[in-house]
Amino acid sequence: MNEGQSTGSSNRLLAEALSCARGGRILFRNLDFVLEAGQAGLLTGPNGVGKSSLLRLLAGLLHPMAGSYAGPESIALCDDRLALDEHLPLAQTLRFWAQLDGKDNADVSTAMARAGLDHLADVPVRYFSTGQRQRARLARTYLTGASLWLLDEPANGLDTDSVGQLGLALQSHLDSGGLLIAASHIPLPIAFDFTLDLQPLEELEACL
Amino acid sequence: MFVMNGIASIIWRDVRQSYASGGTWLPVIFYLSAATLFPFAVGPDPQLLLQTGGGILWIAALLATLLPLDRLIQPDLENGIYDQMIVRGLSDEMIAAARLVSHWLAFGPPLLLAALLASGLMGLEGVALGTLLASLAIATPALAGLAVMIAALTAGLKGAGALGGLLLVPLAIPLLIFGAGSLSAQSSSALAFLAAISLLLVAITPFAAGAALRAVRE
Repeated sequence: MNEGQSTGSSNRLLAEALSCARGGRILFRNLDFVLEAGQAGLLTGPNGVGKSSLLRLLAGLLHPMAGSYAGPESIALCDDRLALDEHLPLAQTLRFWAQLDGKDNADVSTAMARAGLDHLADVPVRYFSTGQRQRARLARTYLTGASLWLLDEPANGLDTDSVGQLGLALQSHLDSGGLLIAASHIPLPIAFDFTLDLQPLEELEACL
Repeated sequence: MFVMNGIASIIWRDVRQSYASGGTWLPVIFYLSAATLFPFAVGPDPQLLLQTGGGILWIAALLATLLPLDRLIQPDLENGIYDQMIVRGLSDEMIAAARLVSHWLAFGPPLLLAALLASGLMGLEGVALGTLLASLAIATPALAGLAVMIAALTAGLKGAGALGGLLLVPLAIPLLIFGAGSLSAQSSSALAFLAAISLLLVAITPFAAGAALRAVRE
């Protein structure tokens, strides 16, 4: 489907010499990394350096300018977009994605419980607070059952307890052989296997 | 099989949403108001209404196409719904095709019902009424397709509504010529031409709207 992407069923994410340009500006160049089953990668770096673009690229939403990547076919993306119908109760709007992901109502309940939202199942999403919205995004991500999770600031707006709950969900995903890459400024309570520190290209070139 | 189930849930979600949000009834109410205003404007001469009524109902159908433009693509695009569908392996063309089907289901049948009611106000009956309904039934898929294409092309732009109107008018001229033409000529060739244009527009919609969706994402 994507030029630079050869999807395999293997539970392994391999990126080779990935480069990405947005709006006529090169964001990052020659990025190489490997993520094995059960491993987690952390993306760090200042705002606008291309963390979200890298996640969208790995999700198949953007084309790389150069380089290639191969990874699992089933991917879950959790970014700043809610992708839930605001006027519908949480359980009902999650059920739409459950149908697309081949999941049933029991899976919806499990995902809501893991995100700590089971008491809000019948509340329309538009009444949710910032933190509750973030947990709804996470519930949608847990629901996919995908092997690769791409998380853009997953702890944004979450209180301390919810960050702990998020850590448990991420850890159980890794324990079951899943992969994840998270971009986060808030320390997440799991052990990352590697950290990818993106820096603005101009500054890098100035140092050389 | 899985993809077909997925497409069916996507279409079902759209259709339910348009009927529930009232987006479906807005064009219908507009259509009926336009038909009600016309006899006030030209006077209650039955002969004149009979001669011009069909054409007016056709123009009203074109204008009714414009009303739902800003709700077709923009809200789901902004909300990240389409992003999530792409991540799940659906193509932009499939998303656009599903949107075409769901928009027609929410737009076509109610408009035909409104046309049936409005033709009473114009005194259309018999063959003329049959031709009007047949021409609108043939053209509504094309009008839905035009609406989806224009909504996808203008998604994310400021003043998308006004731009949409400007884009629709020239593209809808062939439909209007053969659609309204079939009323006066009472010939089946105009309907056949209308059907050909309608098929063409329906066939290119998934690709044109899909390309627009891809362009706005990149």
